[in-house]
Parts: sequence; C-alpha cells; structure tokens
Amino acid sequence: MRVPLSWLREYVDLPETETGRDVQAKLISAGLEVETVEQLGADLKGPLVVGQVLTIEELEGFKKPIRFCTVDVGQANGTGEPQEIVCGARNFAVGDKVVVVLPGASLPGGFTISARKTYGRNSHGMICSSDELNMGDDGTKGIIVLPPETEVGKDAIELLELVDEVLDIAVTPDRGYCLSIRGVARETAIAYGLPLRDPALLDVPGPNAYGYPVQVSDPTGCDRFTARTVTGLSAEARSPIWLQRRLQKVGMRPISLAVDVTNYVMTELGQPLHAYDRGLVEGTIGVRRAEAGEKLTTLDGVERTLDTEDLVITDDRGPIGLAGVMGGANTEIADHDDVENATADVVIEAAHFDAVSIARTARRHKLSSEASRRFERGVDPQAAAAAAQRTVDLLVLLAGGTAEAGVTEVLAPSAPRTIAVPADHPDKVAGVAYGRETVVRRLQEVGCDVYGQDDLIVTVPSWRPDLTDPNDLAEEVIRLEGYENLPSTLPRPPAGLGLTERQRLHRRVGRALAGAGYVEALNYPFIGEQVFDQLGLEADDPARRVVKLSNPLNDEEPALRTSLLPGLLAALRRNDGRGSHDLALFESGLVFLPRAEQRIAAVLPVDRRPTDEELAELNAALPEQPRHVAVVLAGAREQAGWWGKGRPADWADAVEAARSVAREAGAELVIRKGQYGPWHPGRCAELVVTVDGAERVVGHAGELHPRVVKALGLPARSCAMEIDLDAVEAAGDATAAAPRISTFPVATQDVALVVDAVVPAAEVEEALRDGAGELLESIRLFDVYENAEQLGEGRKSLAYALRFRAADRTLTVDEASAARDAAVALAGERVGAELRS
Amino acid sequence: MSAPNKSYDPVEVETLKPEEIERMRDEALAAFAAADSLDALHEAKVAQTGPASPLALANREIGALPPHAKAEAGKRVGQARGAVNKALAARQVELEAERDARVLVEEAVDVTLPYDRVPSGARHPLTTMMERVADVFVAMGYEVAEGPEAEAEWFNFDALNFLPDHPARQMQDTFFVQGPKGTEESGSGVVLRTHTSPVQARALLDRELPVYIVCPGRVFRTDELDATHTPVFHQIELLAIDEGLTMADLKGTLDHMVQALFGADMKTRLRPNYFPFTEPSAEMDMLCYVCKGESIGNPDRPCRTCSSEGWIELGGCGMVNPRVLTACGVDPEKYSGFAFGFGIERMLMFRHNVEDMRDMVEGDVRFTRPFGMEI
Repeated sequence: MRVPLSWLREYVDLPETETGRDVQAKLISAGLEVETVEQLGADLKGPLVVGQVLTIEELEGFKKPIRFCTVDVGQANGTGEPQEIVCGARNFAVGDKVVVVLPGASLPGGFTISARKTYGRNSHGMICSSDELNMGDDGTKGIIVLPPETEVGKDAIELLELVDEVLDIAVTPDRGYCLSIRGVARETAIAYGLPLRDPALLDVPGPNAYGYPVQVSDPTGCDRFTARTVTGLSAEARSPIWLQRRLQKVGMRPISLAVDVTNYVMTELGQPLHAYDRGLVEGTIGVRRAEAGEKLTTLDGVERTLDTEDLVITDDRGPIGLAGVMGGANTEIADHDDVENATADVVIEAAHFDAVSIARTARRHKLSSEASRRFERGVDPQAAAAAAQRTVDLLVLLAGGTAEAGVTEVLAPSAPRTIAVPADHPDKVAGVAYGRETVVRRLQEVGCDVYGQDDLIVTVPSWRPDLTDPNDLAEEVIRLEGYENLPSTLPRPPAGLGLTERQRLHRRVGRALAGAGYVEALNYPFIGEQVFDQLGLEADDPARRVVKLSNPLNDEEPALRTSLLPGLLAALRRNDGRGSHDLALFESGLVFLPRAEQRIAAVLPVDRRPTDEELAELNAALPEQPRHVAVVLAGAREQAGWWGKGRPADWADAVEAARSVAREAGAELVIRKGQYGPWHPGRCAELVVTVDGAERVVGHAGELHPRVVKALGLPARSCAMEIDLDAVEAAGDATAAAPRISTFPVATQDVALVVDAVVPAAEVEEALRDGAGELLESIRLFDVYENAEQLGEGRKSLAYALRFRAADRTLTVDEASAARDAAVALAGERVGAELRS
Repeated sequence: MSAPNKSYDPVEVETLKPEEIERMRDEALAAFAAADSLDALHEAKVAQTGPASPLALANREIGALPPHAKAEAGKRVGQARGAVNKALAARQVELEAERDARVLVEEAVDVTLPYDRVPSGARHPLTTMMERVADVFVAMGYEVAEGPEAEAEWFNFDALNFLPDHPARQMQDTFFVQGPKGTEESGSGVVLRTHTSPVQARALLDRELPVYIVCPGRVFRTDELDATHTPVFHQIELLAIDEGLTMADLKGTLDHMVQALFGADMKTRLRPNYFPFTEPSAEMDMLCYVCKGESIGNPDRPCRTCSSEGWIELGGCGMVNPRVLTACGVDPEKYSGFAFGFGIERMLMFRHNVEDMRDMVEGDVRFTRPFGMEI
C-alpha cells in the first residue's frame, strides 16, 4: 500500500516538521511494515511553469519529426516574451497548456536544463512529459497536456504536487484495513496520540424504496449491498489534476473520471466499488452463486468459465461481474475517448463479500485484483454506505452529474462481535504490569468499546475482523505500549538431556568423513526420472518409484530423490567442470520413498488434539524418509608431490567410507561382492548389516560403471558409496566395550596362503580368525600377490601377519605356532587355502 | 710372560717403571686426541685400552712384582688407565657431538615445503551453523527436535492456524506432492514443509510438558534460485511452552542467543508483525554486530553488513497462538509460550560475508573447504 504523506495529513494533523522517515519509524513501531519512503521530487528544481503553446513550426530533414515551438510562459521567464523551445514529441497542438521547464532548472535524475542549440535552433528549455517529471504512468507516455483552464505562468511543481513523500507499506494479511488511507491514518493518529478526521464519517441518506433494484440471493456470500445512481455525467469531464496525481502516487493509472473516482474512493476508504453503465445493465442487479457452465468476460478481456462456488453479480441476462474480484466487459464504463458511447448514467455498487469466497474465486481464476486483495483481507462493512456516498459526491462535483434520490441497501442482519478478556490478560502475555486503565485506553484507541472491570467485554470495531481472540487484544495493547519497551527476562527450562544418540551420530558421521578429506555438499532433492536410466537401474528397480511434485520449479525435475547420488554426482561434475579435479564429496540427507499404496493425508480438526489413531494414519500417509549418507570420489585421493607419487581415488576408498560410517555407528558392517546398477559389476561392494537378527543390504560402494560415468559426463573411474544411515544406526551399538590390555609380550607369525583368485579375502580372514582361537590378538593382510608362473593360473597369495598374545602369560613359540597352524588348517578346510612354501 | 716370582726376587720389571707408565699413558692420550673420527677413535680405543694394549700388558706384570712393590705399581697403572679412559670418554663425547652436528646439518630439510597429500575435507557451513545455533539452546536445557521434510498439510498449515483460504497460506509458495491417480493434482494432503514450524506441533503432540525445543532443518518454497533466493533452504525454529511464559521471556531468550553468537554487547529488537501461529507476533532484528548501530544516520561510517540500518532482520517470532495449543491438545488456559524461527542462509550471509546464495547451494569445494569442521 502506497501512502502519500500529503494525503495522510488530510486526516491527521501531523506536526509540519514531521518527515516521511519520522512517520515511517512511528508506524514500524506500531506494527506497519513501512518498507521505503519514496522522496518524490527530491531532486527537482524549478522554474517549472505552465505554458501555452503559441506556434509550432515543423522542422524538416531530421531522422525524426522535430518541432520548433514558441510558448507563452507569462512572466515566469522574467521577460514575458514567448519562450522558444525545440521539442520531439507530437501529442500537443497550438493553444494547449503544457508544462515547461526553463533553463536553470533540474529534473529528476540530476538532469540540468540550460539553453542550447539543437536541430539548428536555440532551445530555451523543454516541454515536459510525465516520465521526465517522474510522475508515474498517465497512460499517454507523451507531453502532459493540462486542462485548458490552467493559468499560464503558474508554478507547475505546486500545481502537479510533484514534491511529496510516499510511504510504501507491506500490509500483513491481518491488517486489511490498512489497505486504505483511512486505515493508515488511523494507525498514524494512534501512534502520535492525535485525533483522526475519519473520512468515512459522512452524512448518508437512509435507504428507500426507489433505489436501483437489487436482489441478493446469497446473504452469506454478500451480507451488504448498497447501490446508488448518478445521472447526466458530462462526456467531456476529466479527472482533475489533484485526483490524477493522487492515483499516480499510489501506483494507479488514471483511466476515466468514473473509474478514477471509484479507485480514488477505494484507496481512501478501503471499500472496493464498482460503477456500471446504467444504460448497459438490464433489469435487476442480483447476487448469487454462478450456475454450472456460465461464462463471463471480465474487464481484462478474458472469457472465464464460472464455477458454482463463484459469487457473481447478475442482471436479467446473467452474470455481469465476478463479485468482489472484477467487473464484466458487458457493462463497462465507456473509455473517455469513446465520445459516441459516452456513459451518462452510472450505478455505483458498494458491497461486502465473504472473504473466503472471494479468496477462492480469485485463486480459482488466477485473478488477483485491488478489490479481491481487500475483500480477502477483510473490508469494513460499515464503510460501504459512506463509500457509495463519497463516490456519488465526487461524480456530482467533478462530472456535473445528478445524484438520484433512490438509495438501495440490502443488509443481512449481523451483531457486533465481542470478546471476553480478563483485564490483566495483556499483562500476563507481555510479562509487564500495564494495569487495567492502560489496557482499556489502548483498546479504545483502536476503536473498541470496552465494558467491565476485572473481566472485560470488548466490542471490536467493524474494520478489525482480525480481532477475534483475547491474544489479539493483548497484541493491540502491547504493540501500542511499544514492543521496544518489553523487558528482557530468561525462562528457566528444566534440565535437558542434550543431543540424542542419533543426533550425535549424524554429527559424528559428518566429522569422520570430513576428517577423511570429504567435503560436504547439500544438494537439492529434485530429480528427473531419466537419471535412473543414466544410473543404469533395472526397469523394476524399487528406487524408480518416486514421490512427485504437482508444481515442480522445473518440469525436467518433478520428482524427489530416492538416492543421494544424482545430486552428489551433479555436484562432482560441476566441481570438475570448474577445474577442481581431485574430488571427494559427501552428503547426508533424507530420501523420499513412496508407500506401497499412497493414501491421502487427511486434514484433521484443529479444535482438539487428534487421536493417536488419526496421527498414526496421518504419518502413514507421508512418504518414508530415511536418512542416507553418500560419498563420491574422482581424480587423485592422494596427490603426487615432492614426497612421491600420488594415488588415484578408487573403489577401496568408497568402501572405506562405508566402513567409516559403520564404525561411527558402532555397527558391524559386512562387505560382500555385489552388483547393482550404477556400479562397475566387478568393483561393487554390497554393504550388509544385521538388524534384529536379520541381514539387510543397506547400500553399495565401489567404482562406478563406465556406462554411468559416460552417461552422466563424470570423470573416468569416479567412485561412489551410498548407505542407509538409519539402518546402520539400527544395527549399531554406540557403547564400545573396553578391551583387556595384556602386557605380556606379543608373538608374531606371518603366513602366506595361496587360494583361488575368486575367493574373497574376507572369507580367508574369517577362517583364519576362527581357526586361530582366542590367543589371536589381531590379523592384518599385508600383501596380495598374483603370479601365474609361481602360483598357478587363477591363484593368488594372501600374506597375513598374525599377532598372538595371552592375557596371563608369555606365549611359547610352540603355543603361537600351534595357534597359527590351527588357523591355516581351518582356512585350508573352508576355502582351500594352502600354505605357500 | 713371567711366572710369579714366588721366591722373593726383587726383579725390576721394565714396563712398570713410572716413566714407562707415564709414556704409555701419554701415548694413549695423544692417540685419542689424534683420532679425528669416531672410527679412528674406536681403533685407538682398541689399541690403547684393549687386552693387547701396553697398559693392559703392563697391568699383568704387576703380579710378578714383590709384594711390597705391587701396591705401588698397581696404583700407578690404575691411575694411568683411569686417565686414559677418562680421555677416551671425553673424546668420544666430543666426536659424537661433532658427528651429530654434521649429520643433523646434512639431514636438514626445507620445512616450508607444502603438504597437501590428502586435501582436507570440510562440513558444509549451513550444517555447522545450524549446530552452533542449536548448541546455544542445548546448553540452556532445550532439546533438539526433528520432523519430516515431506510433511502433512495439516502439520504445515492447519495445526499452525493457517486457515485453508487465508492469504497467509497462499503467501507460502508451497510445493505440493502429487496425489494418488484420480485425485486432484495437489490433493495428496502432503507438501514439502515451507518452514520448520510443523515440528512445533509434532513436539507438542509427542512430548511431555513443559516443552523446550529447537528444530534445525531444511525447508522448501517455490522460489527460483538467484543471488538472494533458493527454493531449498534451512531454518532453525525454537518453541518454549510452559506455565507463565511471557513475551519478556521471548525477548530475553533472543537477546541471549545473539549474545552467544555475536558477542556480549548484542541485543535484539522486536517489531509488530503477523504470523498465523503466533499472537502477538513480531519481526525480530538484531543489532548489527559490525557497526553496533553506529552507522545509522552517520554517512562517514557506512556499514555494508546492515546497509547502515544499524539492525539486521533475523526472522519472525511471537507468543504461540492459543489455537495452536488447542490443536495440539495443550490447555491454553494453563500453558503459554513463545516460538521463533529464522533462516540459516541469511545468518551465514551476514556473519561470513557470503554475497551470493548460489555459493551455498552448488557444493563447490572451494567455497566449503575454508569452513572446516566447526563454524
């Protein structure tokens, strides 16, 4: 809402010295978000005067038509001689009154005017357009042509009210009444403790039987409809400068007198109005819900098919307006250039419509208008009659019309709303002792009637439909007493339990991966389904089942991720493209898995706690959202440098990342050879944990499939790991048991075992562990060796260091050897391992 | 070698003569002094103190002396050997020191060589910023609560007093989840949560009163990504519900937070605003931590961080609307409380001079790495 300070001052006697910035500060403190204060004409300097065009000489031979004019500016130029001015615009004629800027003046933007030679003539100033004076849109984009009665030589800065301050207020949805100068003036008056001259306090004749006939069939949708008629509007009448300027300052474009007046009164009082060309309305004006299939062409020229919930204004033919949203084209006031069809008689509508109905209609037709914005947020129903009267008065005054005596008013019965509130309620909400007297005074200031002592009965004013609850009244008191005056106290919460194990785990996993050189990326969860093809998922892969958005930002990415890899790999590619080639990234975040059968999440009641069953059902209608962790790698894991060679990132780094996650969760992770879509079939590990006694595959790690690398444009040999952190957490035990530390000497035995190349090292190690028994302290694979000549085709040698130690004695060589032999024997039995000679 | 002289025979033993012993001693000392390396010293040691050395040989002759001469000769040889061993040890120390000095010089390296063998990793500053803010409240006794990102409309809106047709609900720029086939496009009843506030309702339904929680998390609005907007961003939400909580408590809690995050002399400012789930509601600003408000109306000291406003807009807050309590089964006659929420991206932007929202979104390692493990 744009509010010119000059307009505001009409209703509140602000001190002369008060600037827009001062008013801004006061209003912000009272709860109106005044975003900016525009300084109109701040850099404007005269002389800027009214002139009359005396002669026009068309200059030939230039790329565009140029006029050499003489203009009478009275004594404004000091000589009284006609002012010679070269002008490139054409929308004026000899005799027109125009705005002339004389040498020595400055226009907005620091544009200084001086006499100069141009197009072969001397030009002493400029004939101004509204753009050049920063006046806002006047619909012409050309030279301002003033009404003929304007006095030559008059100061145009004052005439056009070019210097002003305009407050721009972002009105919150609860403060509909501040979508009017009247409402903002009320807040200003309260903030300054000054009286308000309420522009809605007008003498309005009472309703009578000979007004324009109106039939309201839906009193819930329309609880008030005032109709007035003005006849004999002059076809020549134009909106006066002051009215045009005010509309421009609040951001509207002057159109025609009748329309301008309705816009003006709406801005002033907040009551949307509509003017119908009476000659085009047939019969009784009605208000009802639209019938199925009815159509209406609105003023914006769009033909709309109406919904049976839409509230419409009708005449005998059918709909002539979308109530409270936009009028119809068939009863539109004629444009003032259209002299032939000039509107002579108008019917003025000032009605009050149901906020929810208007909101739905506006949304349904994607048609938000000045009127609908106000009705949605609540319009003062008591202002309708005054607004109609004000409109009639202005049309009579400015267009020479005659007000008909008939006054139609259709009213649904209603009672003022009251709220019972303890007098000390605001004190309890604020934590401040305001006292009853202050509370009552503040409530009265906002327009409430207050009765009672300790328990107040508060009747709220008609323009504040947002005041419904005791806390609403508390807010009024507290904001007027000043939020800035609230004391600062600290509550004492009961002792908390700190972070949960799960929250600690999430932090720990992040730290562990970052400590291992991974950089965290937080990627959008939006994906396109083609990425599943690029990742090589089978047609029936469950990961292809997605939750979709009905209004995605990007039609290419309408689904929510079921895997972190698409986002993370895109980040990998982006980094690579920007010249970072040695990359290790990780992400921890939710994925979205649709339920086997999608159910609609119900809208539960809000007047009581939902039952546990209702809540369970509601939660079961949400997608499953487990937390995953993923890493991706490319380029060098260890850089080459003065210390020696580097090492490319490989499948083993990806698997190690999974181990690291499992370690943080205290979960035992089993690594198996796996095969899954995105991964290289020979370099893919399946990650397995045991939850509640059952094994679960919770992720994969390894090198990516070359096809995936190619399809996604990734660096060669990129690697990745993704694991379900929730499952790992479930498999884990965060409490580590302290090992017993023996101080007896260690006995080390190395063994090299030859097995078939396809035997997984994990199985060999498991056999050695099981066979070695409890004397085994640790086992470490320190070499893998393949050599067909020495070992035979398809064989490999695995060299292990076994460390034996007893808790209670120094082991003898024989004891250690016996344990080793047992280990080797079991490995022989289980995986056919032979001791390498 | 002579046999022991059992029948007393005062034989003169040449090698045990005092001048002879002295000569042997001096010879040894000279040999050690002449040794210019540890190897040479070792040779000299063998020659001068080993079993075949002159002094060792002389020592053996003592036995051949008559008893009255034994003591004196023994003393003489012993003293000489003592002096020799002492000189040897001294020279050993000297030469070792020399060697050490030389070797250590030879082994010197350029310690300024760079070392980026495994480049360091980092956590995302949005993650660590959320943790940092949450930790301020955890230290006060609050607990961290969480909720789903794909959330029921009821939790995201209705339970928070966003009525179905209220303009406030339309202003949220919501992503809707598609409904099952055959229903209206957005008829699933599920949205991507537009704020972390649904966790308020979840916490009230799940927990015993009083409730003091913070909720950091990811939220979604249908804004296109540009320098100042992102459709996916992060908020942290706070909720305190107890008996007798007031707006002054809200103010104090906010003051404490900005002091913990930005320094002891920080404070906040409340301005009236409107949110459906709080009443009274307020916009909260914090004093600009850079200029401390000194840039207001002071063209000589412009402040880039707050655009010389003196205050930085932080987010929204207020007293929890009793209607929210009712919807969550909390008696509003008995309990009251406050809530606030603000954007983590914004805080990161002004706290760390991040100029472009996209930097926080794109996962560029050059942006994230400098933030390390904590913020």
